[in-house]
Amino acid sequence: MTTVPSELAVETEAKGALPSGGAPTPARRVLHSLRTSPGAIASIVIIVAIALMAILAPVLSAITGWDPYEFDPTAIDSDLGGLPIGPLGGVSAEHWFGVEPGNGRDIFIRVAYGAQVSLLIAVSATLVTTTIGVVLGMIAGYFGGIADQVISRVMDFLMAFPTLIFMIALLSALPAGNRPALLVIVLSIFGWPYTARIIRGQTMSLRNSEFVEAARASGAKPLRIAFREVLPNLRGTIIVLATLAVPGYIGTEAGLSFLGVGVTPPTPSWGQMISTAVGWYAVDPMYFLIPGTFLFLTVFAFTVLGDHLRKALDTGDAA
Amino acid sequence: MSITSAARTISIPVVGAPLLEVEHLSVSFPTSSGPATVVRDASFRVDQGTTLGIVGESGSGKSMTSLAVMGLLPRGGTATGSVRLFGHELLGRTDRELRRIRGDRIAMVFQDPLSSLNPYYTIGVQITEAYRAHRGGSQAAARKVAIEALERVRIADPDRRIDHYPHQFSGGMRQRIMIAMAICLEPDLIICDEPTTALDVTVQAQILDLLADLQRQTGTGMVFITHDLAVVSRVADDVLVMKDGDEVERGTTEQIFTAPRAPYTRALLDALPRIDDPFETLKGVQA
Repeated sequence: MTTVPSELAVETEAKGALPSGGAPTPARRVLHSLRTSPGAIASIVIIVAIALMAILAPVLSAITGWDPYEFDPTAIDSDLGGLPIGPLGGVSAEHWFGVEPGNGRDIFIRVAYGAQVSLLIAVSATLVTTTIGVVLGMIAGYFGGIADQVISRVMDFLMAFPTLIFMIALLSALPAGNRPALLVIVLSIFGWPYTARIIRGQTMSLRNSEFVEAARASGAKPLRIAFREVLPNLRGTIIVLATLAVPGYIGTEAGLSFLGVGVTPPTPSWGQMISTAVGWYAVDPMYFLIPGTFLFLTVFAFTVLGDHLRKALDTGDAA
Repeated sequence: MSITSAARTISIPVVGAPLLEVEHLSVSFPTSSGPATVVRDASFRVDQGTTLGIVGESGSGKSMTSLAVMGLLPRGGTATGSVRLFGHELLGRTDRELRRIRGDRIAMVFQDPLSSLNPYYTIGVQITEAYRAHRGGSQAAARKVAIEALERVRIADPDRRIDHYPHQFSGGMRQRIMIAMAICLEPDLIICDEPTTALDVTVQAQILDLLADLQRQTGTGMVFITHDLAVVSRVADDVLVMKDGDEVERGTTEQIFTAPRAPYTRALLDALPRIDDPFETLKGVQA
């Protein structure tokens, strides 16, 4: 809380410093507050780095000369049961993060491709749950009545569900097919009520605010009020909820892959790598540590960024 | 432009009809123990260029009366009786028809200026949007009208201020912006629901003066809802006193303040603190 006064002070100076009187838009204010926070900058740097790694995975593969599915028998010692040759799990100029014990696949490239899978699933699931959650939450909160009853009971039902057990059961029962798409669907089915519940509450309070009443009194149509008056005021909440949802889905995806019901091998995924590494942790801890560190950093960075966004959006009255 | 023409036809006055005439208006809400009537048999009229003050304690039904006129009763509320704007009945019209009247023919100014502007938009966007929704026209034309309206409510430097956000204005300025929004469509009637209650006394005086000036310029009729007798005595030509949904007394301001007939009105007037009697005990009103 100690940073709050200093931010406010900076804010007023910035306002006074605008000679032309240009209004500091809410977006500019939030950006300013993020720029002055080392934690937010660090987390954005980490997220951008991991996103770049995921996007550029094929390029990195070309640079290092290793393919995520390519075995390297020369990097492992078959006499020792396939342990990587060299210190720290076989870290070398050839294999930057070492190789997987047993088959010698390059860990760096598999982590990069694993980031692709993890981020793709998490971001898609976030987009789907945020869209469904905002639409249904706004319908429930704005129109109330029967619509609210139906949507709220479905949300109660889904939230009371033992989600993880059901996901495991569902994913093992369904045909393998396109696993990432299946994961997005399953994560979305159980994820949207958490967004919708918060949006519903905020919509209900915004619907009763005086500016909505004023809009009604000036002859605005209901849909216009919902989209032009209420929705823009939810954007802060939506941004924060979405940012905080991403690490949740990354973690769940990794957990499901760890349990063997997520992304199917040989497609690389962080959870799956950690799962395989469990058998080797005594002799090759690096195999466990590297994907674990990436998973931790990603989840941590998204969570810190989400918290900073929430704080930045909360401080101003124009949030 | 069909919206505009429809709104105009409704306001072609029936010959001899007053601006607003409300007869036997009752408002009720369904509750688990049967309908609860919050306004019973209220009747009043407002002529062009005059102001009607509706006074009463909270819960007396004064706000519900004004919402019924606008057709904006909360969910479940029903209004019976008659509300006529220039002789045209408003009760029983569809929401679609009423939307053309709201803002255009009847505008409303709310109690809390801090929350009646959307914090997300600049005030210019909010004023021009309401204007264009009813009158159409280009953004530039609407902006010109908005700047003029801001000028009329005495916002200094309106060319620049129009692009500011609500949080950059003080409470009194925000209320003036709300009034600018109300007058830029040149409505026939402005309903002010406790417009000065959230403001301090000096700002309150400025707003009241401003409203009186605007009324002199445009001949707009006004309904002024308040619990503050001092405000009523200052702005109103006629006064309607309400209590628990009932009309207690109706008359000219002078008559109500100098010769109140109803005991409740007398009690209300007696409860006003007097500046010239330092030893008096404050009197309450028997609820």
